[in-house]
Amino acid sequence: MIAAHLPALQVVVPLISAPLCLLLRRPGAAWTVALAVSWFALAVALSLLIEVSIGGPVSYPIGDWAAPWGIEYRVDQVGALVLVIVTAIGAVVMPFAGASVAHEIASDRAYLFYTMYLLCLTGLLGIAITGDVFNLFVFLEISSLSSYVLISMGQDRRALTAAYNYLVMGTVGATFYVIGVGMMYMMTGTLNMADLATRLPAVADTRTILMALAFLTVGLSLKLALFPLHTWLPNAYTYAPSVVTAFLAATATKVAVYAFIRVYFTVFGEVDLFEIAPMVPILMVLALAGMFVGSAVAIFQNNLKRMLAYSSIAQIGYMVLGLSFASVTGLAGGIIHLFNHALMKSALFLALGCVVLRLGTVHIDGLRGLGRRMPLTMAAFVVGGLSLIGVPLTVGFISKWYLVQAALEKGWWPIAGLIVLSSLLAVIYVWRVVEIAYFRPAPEGSAAVEEAPIFMLAPTWIMAGASIYFGIDATATLEVARGAAEFLIKGAP
Amino acid sequence: MSDETTILLCIATPLAGAVLIAITGSRPNLREAVTLVTAGVVFGLVASLFPQVLDGGRPAAIMGEMLPGLAIAFEVEPLGMMFAGIASFLWIVTSVYSIGYMRGHHEHNQTRFYIYFAVAIASAVGVAFAANMMTLFVFYEVLTLSTFPLVTHHGTDEAKRAGRVYLGILLGTSIGLQFIAVIWTWTLAGTLDFTEGGILRDKASPAVVGVLLALYVFGIGKAAVMPFHRWLPAAMVAPTPVSALLHAVAVVKAGVFTVLKVIVYIFGFDFLAQVASGNWLLYVSGFTIVAASVVALRSDNLKRRLAYSTVSQLSYVIMAAAILTPLSAMGAALHIATHAFGKITLFFCAGSILVASHKTLVSELDGIGRRMPWTMAAFAIGAFSMIGIPPTVGFVSKWYILRAAMEAEQTFAAAVIVLSTLLNAGYFLPIVYAAFFRAAPAEPATAGGPALGAEVGNGGLPRNHGHRREGHGEAPLTVVLALTVSAAGILFLFFFPDLPFALARQLAGVAG
Repeated sequence: MIAAHLPALQVVVPLISAPLCLLLRRPGAAWTVALAVSWFALAVALSLLIEVSIGGPVSYPIGDWAAPWGIEYRVDQVGALVLVIVTAIGAVVMPFAGASVAHEIASDRAYLFYTMYLLCLTGLLGIAITGDVFNLFVFLEISSLSSYVLISMGQDRRALTAAYNYLVMGTVGATFYVIGVGMMYMMTGTLNMADLATRLPAVADTRTILMALAFLTVGLSLKLALFPLHTWLPNAYTYAPSVVTAFLAATATKVAVYAFIRVYFTVFGEVDLFEIAPMVPILMVLALAGMFVGSAVAIFQNNLKRMLAYSSIAQIGYMVLGLSFASVTGLAGGIIHLFNHALMKSALFLALGCVVLRLGTVHIDGLRGLGRRMPLTMAAFVVGGLSLIGVPLTVGFISKWYLVQAALEKGWWPIAGLIVLSSLLAVIYVWRVVEIAYFRPAPEGSAAVEEAPIFMLAPTWIMAGASIYFGIDATATLEVARGAAEFLIKGAP
Repeated sequence: MSDETTILLCIATPLAGAVLIAITGSRPNLREAVTLVTAGVVFGLVASLFPQVLDGGRPAAIMGEMLPGLAIAFEVEPLGMMFAGIASFLWIVTSVYSIGYMRGHHEHNQTRFYIYFAVAIASAVGVAFAANMMTLFVFYEVLTLSTFPLVTHHGTDEAKRAGRVYLGILLGTSIGLQFIAVIWTWTLAGTLDFTEGGILRDKASPAVVGVLLALYVFGIGKAAVMPFHRWLPAAMVAPTPVSALLHAVAVVKAGVFTVLKVIVYIFGFDFLAQVASGNWLLYVSGFTIVAASVVALRSDNLKRRLAYSTVSQLSYVIMAAAILTPLSAMGAALHIATHAFGKITLFFCAGSILVASHKTLVSELDGIGRRMPWTMAAFAIGAFSMIGIPPTVGFVSKWYILRAAMEAEQTFAAAVIVLSTLLNAGYFLPIVYAAFFRAAPAEPATAGGPALGAEVGNGGLPRNHGHRREGHGEAPLTVVLALTVSAAGILFLFFFPDLPFALARQLAGVAG
């Protein structure tokens, strides 16, 4: 029965198709493989989500070695949701990639892009599916190494230093994570998450576990770009090829947030984390600082990719803030924002990808009068921007509603005030672009610009449309997010 | 047609109209026909709900859940009925006016203008019919965003700056304060449905009620309570039809309407009077009334003067609500209606003067009444209504608010009304006087133009004079037609105020 092996197929298919791209060499053929695999992965992820929603978590022993000795793949609601996010972004971005990669990456290296993309996809999906902390490290490295390569493919030579910078920081992060894992293994003798969850409470108050927690937190915070460990992100997003930025911005940090949630709420689920260390204030302060610093810096950026990169740092702050509440509403708010932000940010970066294709620049001055010249692209950008602000009828509104509600439920009204205040900063940086694109005339003597091709416009608008659709009817996504949050906080039923 | 369909169509029709306007954009006559037909249909739909609401019915519709437990839902109650009725009726009048104005003034991007206008009307009706605070908030924000392109219509640097102020204050207050208030209410009460008697009784302490009320009142920036009133004068860079319908009726009324809804259906009059922590509202709104009137008195720009007059008049509604008696609720509701007709007339006149003579300053209006008798007669009626002189409808609502203040022994409120009436007279009557009784300044170019008494031949019926500055007559026919209708409405409502009265009385029943 093939259905029973879905968890394995989710990871294995992208993994074995990566070398296939390497062998095919021809950009068109490699693209076809990557596209087919992306869509197949989405189908698998969706069926897993449905299966999990109906029948509860699915456990899959790799090679039939029973956990805790063998590696266990475990899909629950959070994991399934992240799988869907990653594969859906991949499935939508791939059609876009055809034209964009041809424009931004030399054709003799295009196959490398598809190979690395598939490896990255493998890693990200693996993180979301595995039930083993060390296996998570392996997938973390797979996704990281491939994303270093992807970033270094950018046209600008500064992409190389950006990738190198990310490599150093990312490696530090991964190493910290594995040190934390090692310490936990030392104290408990197990690497399986569920097993760790039952054994950790007994040794929770030892200094080793406290240190392990510290290493895990710092390591993962580096990967998810929590302020002040975010410094690798702006350059990486700015200089990477447009497709890569759109894909990574919507998935890589999200998956790192997922790993963070896993460690905090599953591995340390039975331990009162917020008792043994002052994690609530630490995370909350960093999250809030990220929200404000990210947004404030974004206001002053003239390179729009960089502006959105800083905005991402702020948005990651919202997610971490949500989970730092350690309440069902807060965690649900963090998880729903994980999903919502993936939608809006990919729409925004894809719209910028269209701009790069036609203008060759994402400098804010280059966008003068673009509202008339590329109306559909800029309209998608505005939709994404409104969503960042959190205007009703967009997904951003739903996220903010939940986060504010979580803060008010706890009676922390100053936090609620800070959340809305920082979202007002988004008004400033989004509106700067709107004013340039719609109120300034096109530069004198500039060449005629036409709309982006349909293959790029359609994915952009699928994402923009999704950020409206799930903003109008958020019941389905919230049901998943709330279910996931309840499951994580109350533990397995 | 079921109630549900009617309600949803009230909102869907203008949106569909917007799409049709976009499609027919290249053919102006057809496009304008679409606007007029859409406006007519919407008013017909809204009007068809009147009898039921007057009989005490509450037609409702649910569109579906947005968040678990929170639906986008509509319910038509007396106040919303009144608001939607006014907005949709005046949309017809304004559309007629717009056609003359936009063409006479050779505005660009007229299609875009009509599209966003239709979207704004749809969201105003959405605000009017909202059954819960979240639905209202959603449409409130859509109204802000859909009017932004209208405010910045000219695309100039000045328009851009005004747009910043407009969006900054309206989005800033609504996201920064109102949004929190809504969610706070939700966590306290577990519901956001507008309920007779309020939903917060026994669920919030007096201190919380005071803070929450402040978050609502200041968060509803569209009500223009000082210090969040600056967006309204800034919005005056928009074409006049926008100032007329949106910034004298739909947008600002959406603001005071929301404040009234919150006070009546979220807090409840009794509860608010009982905890007494909302009394500050009386003083804040009273201050706004007087201060805005003083600013209006000192403004030479006609539209700016009207804008500050609006700020002042809006706070009448809020102060009336803050008196917290059934009679005052009635006065507040009536004042929404009376100010709508009065102020739209005044803006129509300002636009008419602009189109015909390109004059924008009060000090330029000497003797203009002879050239534009229809316009200035309508202006006089509108001005009388603002001051509250019978037989204009402004007298009726002011009378009720004053009576409510007296009966509740609110000396402060009564004093504010008397003082501001004097100020109103102070900034409106000189315009009327100058227009009719002062001689026009001698202009060199008019040597061969119409001499004294030429208005007999020139002004009787308006001619299409485009934008000639010298020797101008009346504005285009549709402009004059629209302002005549709205001015007639002011007089009509004084003699036949049954409909608004019936609705206001129902609201008073709820509030009492």
